[in-house]
Amino acid sequence: MTTLLSMQHVSKSFLGVSVLHDVSLDLEAGEIHALVGENGAGKSTLMKVAAGEHIPDAGTIHLDGTAHRFTHPSQAQAAGVGIIHQEFALLGHRTVAENVFLGREPTRRGLVDRRAMEERTAQLLAELGETAITPRMYVRDLSVARMQTVEIVKALASDVRVLVMDEPTAPLAEHEAGLLHDLVRRLAGRGLGILYISHRLREVFDLSRRITVLKDGRHVTTLLTEQTDTNAVVRAMVGRELSAYYPQRARPEEIGDVRLAVRGGGNGRLSGIDIELRAGEITGIGGLQGSGRTSLARALFGDAPFTEGTMTVANHTLRPTSPRQAIRAGIALVTEDRKAEGLALRQSVRDNALLVTRAIPARGRRSAAGSIGQLLERVRLHARSGDQQVQFLSGGNQQKVVIAKWLAARPRVLLFDEPTRGVDVGAKAAVHTLVRELAREGLAVLIISSELPELIGMSDRILVMADGRIVGELPAGAGEEDIMRLATASADREAVA
Amino acid sequence: MTTATAVWRKRGTAALGAGAPVYALLAVLFAALALTNPDFYEPDRFLAFVKRTAPLVILAAGQYLVVVSGEFDLSVGAVVTAGVVVAAELYGSFPEAHWLVISLALLLAGAVAGLANGLITTFLRVPSFITTLGMMLILEGAVFYWAGGSPHGVLPEDFRILGRGSAFGWLPWAALACLAAGVLAVWLMRSDFGRTLIATGDSERTATLSGVRTHRVRVLAFVLSGVAAALTAILVGGFSGVSAQAGRGYEFEAITAVVLGGVALGGGRGSVVSAMAGAFSLQALFTLLNLQGVSGALESTVQGVIVIAAVGLGAANWSRLRRTRTRSSGGTPS
Repeated sequence: MTTLLSMQHVSKSFLGVSVLHDVSLDLEAGEIHALVGENGAGKSTLMKVAAGEHIPDAGTIHLDGTAHRFTHPSQAQAAGVGIIHQEFALLGHRTVAENVFLGREPTRRGLVDRRAMEERTAQLLAELGETAITPRMYVRDLSVARMQTVEIVKALASDVRVLVMDEPTAPLAEHEAGLLHDLVRRLAGRGLGILYISHRLREVFDLSRRITVLKDGRHVTTLLTEQTDTNAVVRAMVGRELSAYYPQRARPEEIGDVRLAVRGGGNGRLSGIDIELRAGEITGIGGLQGSGRTSLARALFGDAPFTEGTMTVANHTLRPTSPRQAIRAGIALVTEDRKAEGLALRQSVRDNALLVTRAIPARGRRSAAGSIGQLLERVRLHARSGDQQVQFLSGGNQQKVVIAKWLAARPRVLLFDEPTRGVDVGAKAAVHTLVRELAREGLAVLIISSELPELIGMSDRILVMADGRIVGELPAGAGEEDIMRLATASADREAVA
Repeated sequence: MTTATAVWRKRGTAALGAGAPVYALLAVLFAALALTNPDFYEPDRFLAFVKRTAPLVILAAGQYLVVVSGEFDLSVGAVVTAGVVVAAELYGSFPEAHWLVISLALLLAGAVAGLANGLITTFLRVPSFITTLGMMLILEGAVFYWAGGSPHGVLPEDFRILGRGSAFGWLPWAALACLAAGVLAVWLMRSDFGRTLIATGDSERTATLSGVRTHRVRVLAFVLSGVAAALTAILVGGFSGVSAQAGRGYEFEAITAVVLGGVALGGGRGSVVSAMAGAFSLQALFTLLNLQGVSGALESTVQGVIVIAAVGLGAANWSRLRRTRTRSSGGTPS
């Protein structure tokens, strides 16, 4: 193997705050090199330096032995470094081919040569074995997984040799992640060097040849994957062992009355939903992307309401038709997309934590100064962080603010949609502990998670969804295979439809 | 992120972020005014300056409420004109009317105009830029028609006292009105209404999912902006009398003032006090230019440069945010 990309002694600071300090990393042709570390460790910044999106303060970048100093992403791209961000840079209202060639459309006599564009796109798609996407499809009609494929094709179209992937499987369900892994392996097999950021250690171990761990902007270690194990990597990431991964489950006597029940619930995306959430119990919802998990949470929360069936909350019949009604009934929803739906990013921690009680003042309100301190303490945030804008907090602390916001409203039922998405390992455990504590205090909790270990580790029982229905129930401690079997049993039908 | 970093960032935001620059600017302008004209700080001269500025400050406070919720109100200038002309017409029909009755009628009319703006913008989903531009044209035309081409009638002395008289013989009523509006605005922004308003401007989706009635909150902001414009009309009518141009250009001056105060267009950031400081800065700048002998005709040119510069400089702080916004639009619910 030959060294394709070499970054040496890279440092970068923003407004005097050091984000990367003397980090070195190299990547060989055909290698999948994983980059792990807690949020804020500097992974994304390092990758953006590689892709020319940030100019390093110090350090060198060599590509095939040639020194480069990128001052713009297009230079990095021209030199052969492509990056796939967590958030796609695609235009929904344009076709796949138009997106692939965005900004560098082939021309003929000064006009865009659509045919060349589409032919080349089709060829690249075929090379990847992707048959479900055609060049003329509109990006907005594609699933998240397919949008990601388009991003990859876009990078390949400019002949990249180094592909940087920033948490590519975060938005994907388990089986889609598997398909992506195959694709990544094929790309490496063609001689591309792949820098792969991920929070999911299992996929890191499945995929990578080497693992580099960053912590607080510094390089901790680079390990050969086959010579190390999960514990060693976690230890390097957090600087300590994570003793117990998940808190203890509920004992049978801790599970109380039914707090929320739905019979025959349905709407455009859901049908025949029967579900009971009990005080003290954590009910897990498993299923593939698009199986209706999020739709279920939104229906319970009145955001995309049920149009049929009955729903009772604490023995009162109520089918909420707006989030406000649901909140008044004691239901809270921690959404999947924290930044767009959970927080007002430019407002302070305090303003965010008090948002619900300010919107609906009647419910159990105390003097703000007294309760805000308790509230932040409850979710283990420093009270002195109350005046900070939430946009500057780490993912884990942001999630704690969202939880604090709901606790202020004293809910009876707490719904979590991907409770630890984008949350680093250390904070993840804190969120898990907190959720279990809340259940123990008598809240009925529902957790939707695409991460099977989390779903299994947290849930007292697991409902599996497919095609907008609940297709099965599994007891605590069910295996990943059981969940996937139920979830995929109808997936073939889904694909046809 | 380490705590040290977070604290540093917090300080950085406090120092560089919304608000701070406008106070520095105001200090510089006041210093320059003192140098140009040493008499500027004579109590009566300074109070006269405050009196002249009061209408714009009140308008800026109203405009702030709308801008921070993520909207615009371009109709305020037309509301001011309409208010002045309507007051004169009302006095034409009811010469004996008490000034308080007429003033309350104007405030109510301002609220109704704001209510219309708010309802159309939120429930009919017409962008506020268009709604309020339309309202501006409608009011201008209606006033012109009602006044039969040129406004007539006079405003009686007791009505005009708020705009040009003084309490205790030295403190302009306008300054008191301005102060009262300021106190009210600050109180509003600290209330549940204010906090939910700014959260709505920051992220409407988050606010909705947190139980905020975002439509109602925004409508109320428009109503308050309309009331502020009506109050301005009372001051302007008192100060300069009846004219069909009474409120011309005020909408852009108010927006300029708000922007100068570091309030982010698009909503969610900035304080009402700095918006009002922005109004003082703008008036101080006009005064300074006037004293320096720069033609008054160039006022709007200066204003244009300021708006672009202020938004441009603000953009540096924005870049982070824009990225977050794009990011959030990429998500697809499962």
